[in-house]
Amino acid sequence: MNAWIGHIATLMALFVAGGGAAVAFLAGRTGGSDPRYMRAARQAGVAVFVLVLIAFATMERALITHDFSVSYVAQVGSRTTPLFYTIISLWSALEGSILLWALILSGYTALLVRWTRRYYEEPNGDSQVPYALGTLLSVNVFFLLLISWPANPFHILSPAPLDGPGPNALLQNSPFMGVHPPLLYTGYVGMSVPFSLAMGALFAGRLGPEWPKRIRRWTMVPWTFLSLGILAGAWWSYEVLGWGGYWAWDPVENASFMPWLTATAFLHSLMVQERRGMLKMWTITLIVSTFLLTVLGTFLTRSGVLASVHAFTQSPIGPFFLVYLAIVLLGSLALLAWRSETLESEGQFDAVLSRETAFMINNLLFAAFAFVVLLGTMFPLIAEAVRGAKVSVGGPYFNELSVPIALLLVFLAGVGPALPWRKGSLELVRGKFRWPFAAALAVAAVLFVFGVRQSLALLTFGLAVFAFGLLIEEFATPTRARRRNTGESLPVALWRVIASNRRRYGGYIVHSGILVIAVGIAASATFRKEAEWTLRRGSAADIGRYRVQFDSVWAVKEPNRDGVIAATTITTAAQPFAKLYPRLNYYPTAVEPIGTPAVRESLREDLYLVLMAYTQDGQQATLKAIASPLVGWIWLGGGIVALGALLALWRTRAESERQARAIERGGEAARHAAPVH
Amino acid sequence: MHWRRWLVPLSALPVLALLAWGLTRDAHTIPSPLPGKAAPDFALQTLSGDSLHLHDLTGQPVLVNFWASWCLACRGEHQVLVDAAQRYGPKGLRVVGVVYEDTRDNAQQWITERGGTWPNVLDIGSHTAIQYGLFGVPETFFIARDGRIVYKQIGPLDPAVIDQWVPKLLASSAAIGPNVPEQPFAQGKSEGYVRTSPDFPATRGTTPPR
Repeated sequence: MNAWIGHIATLMALFVAGGGAAVAFLAGRTGGSDPRYMRAARQAGVAVFVLVLIAFATMERALITHDFSVSYVAQVGSRTTPLFYTIISLWSALEGSILLWALILSGYTALLVRWTRRYYEEPNGDSQVPYALGTLLSVNVFFLLLISWPANPFHILSPAPLDGPGPNALLQNSPFMGVHPPLLYTGYVGMSVPFSLAMGALFAGRLGPEWPKRIRRWTMVPWTFLSLGILAGAWWSYEVLGWGGYWAWDPVENASFMPWLTATAFLHSLMVQERRGMLKMWTITLIVSTFLLTVLGTFLTRSGVLASVHAFTQSPIGPFFLVYLAIVLLGSLALLAWRSETLESEGQFDAVLSRETAFMINNLLFAAFAFVVLLGTMFPLIAEAVRGAKVSVGGPYFNELSVPIALLLVFLAGVGPALPWRKGSLELVRGKFRWPFAAALAVAAVLFVFGVRQSLALLTFGLAVFAFGLLIEEFATPTRARRRNTGESLPVALWRVIASNRRRYGGYIVHSGILVIAVGIAASATFRKEAEWTLRRGSAADIGRYRVQFDSVWAVKEPNRDGVIAATTITTAAQPFAKLYPRLNYYPTAVEPIGTPAVRESLREDLYLVLMAYTQDGQQATLKAIASPLVGWIWLGGGIVALGALLALWRTRAESERQARAIERGGEAARHAAPVH
Repeated sequence: MHWRRWLVPLSALPVLALLAWGLTRDAHTIPSPLPGKAAPDFALQTLSGDSLHLHDLTGQPVLVNFWASWCLACRGEHQVLVDAAQRYGPKGLRVVGVVYEDTRDNAQQWITERGGTWPNVLDIGSHTAIQYGLFGVPETFFIARDGRIVYKQIGPLDPAVIDQWVPKLLASSAAIGPNVPEQPFAQGKSEGYVRTSPDFPATRGTTPPR
């Protein structure tokens, strides 16, 4: 029953999306002359969402009620899995994760329908929106095709198995499984919307002045989710995998990071386009690349072309993804080439020392970064094609190439906002840079005196302080001026300044968050201490400022797993500090035990304990301990980024009205302007 | 018309060709060191409670098939094994099923429902699976008369694989291939692995302290 409902709902969604895409393109071609086309396309957009929601809810019901006649439930379900993990096991394997993908994608489609409702009410000759909706619906078609056919999770099994294996043991070992995939997908899949808007503009052959505003928010939202999703994934692997690291340049991690890089570049070059009418071709290429990278990344990691720790089972979706990638890649590049004349720059560079230049360099760096990651990710494939050998590039390649780029980006995160548009002067630079530069030198000197000799770490801290100082000036200078003029108190003045341009100051807060993350990465990568001991009951060993004492070890039995827990007492300078309980979990479907490290987290330093082994009599345990400073700054930085992004996105009702009117006027202008073909 | 602007879309073609070629490869097939080596020996209890020692089968070709009742791919594979046992059993082929991470009851019910007369042993603690370097189920090891692994099938068997390898196993009176091992079966090194079993913790071994 569940299998039937789910399968029929996905099939109906597939046909409705296909039909909707067709009428949306028709509406675009006819320039909104017949409002019935747009109305039909709009209804299709909402209907697809409702149908996918039904399929999704059906799958959840099948999982929760252990309906093993549904093939996907037989694959990831188990009667012993706790309810929470049963619910989130929906995205623990390939087919279900594409169902989640389809749900988020159709949700965005329904949102786009709602957000563009003004265009349906009054067709104004602007065919960008119909074309954009058509593109987004055709993206839906592809993913719905996958879950209707090669990755159908709703196959009927008869007779139904009595029980299933449960989700992959690693995926039921941490609640992050409930957080990371939805966040990441909301970001990753959301990049389809700005892509569709870009395609809409290219199809319509018009990139009006309202275009950057229109696409910016649709990129900011997925960008924020993608940032948080990547960080949640890093946090998860840190908390669970037991190696004390958070990033391994695994193909799946890279697949999420590459679109983040190009989307970040896009958000910046969009500002240049908005302010100066420059870099149009480049900007639109960036957002198209972002979407292409999400498709490429998914293809690489789901088709079995690359081996990854995120081991999705071999599946027949590879050829489908390749054909789709070919269509999107060739189609969008051809469209870009065809429309390249409409995308010529209106403005030009006035001076080397200007914000435009900073944005240009920033864009080149982000693009180079994305290329470095792409090359490293694809290298095993290239090497096998050329030399026939199975080789892969590891962390050293990525680290050596990405660290210099990242350092330059840290520098620009402060310098960019400090430079004025069009033309800066040396005096201005000298005035603005003096204090931050002195602060950076002072911090580096103090660290040096306290024994920090690692030049890369010193450079990172110095650059971060410098950039942070420049950002603070951007807040401080107008606040000081406001206080002089109005006599307001400092917090009030600061808040009014921020409120006067939330988009700008939100952006600077995002920058500060990135600086905090950079410091966290540099410190934890440089000053990490690691030790492994075999301890008898009651004995202790030292790592850094901590003394770790092994107290006891015992076993627990849980429905879905067995566990062995070690108790340890941590002291610093003979003072009690913490009690930590690292454990090992034995899942019936996992050959090896899966650890749950115990982490004492603080902003200063994390102490990370892993239970490696124990003797049967409980007299001895082997523990791995890692002390890494400032790891918490990475997660804190993520929070700051989210806060800044929220501030930049937040609009009052009056502001949204104003913008909606501006966009309508853009549409008016479109009706009067001669179409470019 | 600037013809040059079409160069960018064209440059995507080699990338697509590379990806298409990549699809024909299997990134997870890492050459296994096992084929050509002696099959790790095991002595385990069958579902009916008898003891089965792989060593006792020396001199006969054996298919060692790892499976589980929760494994969907094993369902389709089972009929292939039934056919193979029927066709090649009289000629001397022996089939041994190794039940991986499953209960005796579920496995017994599976056999009752689906048939099959070959012995199935319970690999409590997955310790034999570890010795065979199991990646997942199903996996099948084709063992020659001299006790060496000749071929390893990752994923379900199909009749073509059976027909390709089993006649070879049956035809050779001794070794297939150049190197003859010193001893017919490698002696299992069972200690030193963390084991899992339902009657926890009494039978659970541990990693010896380093």
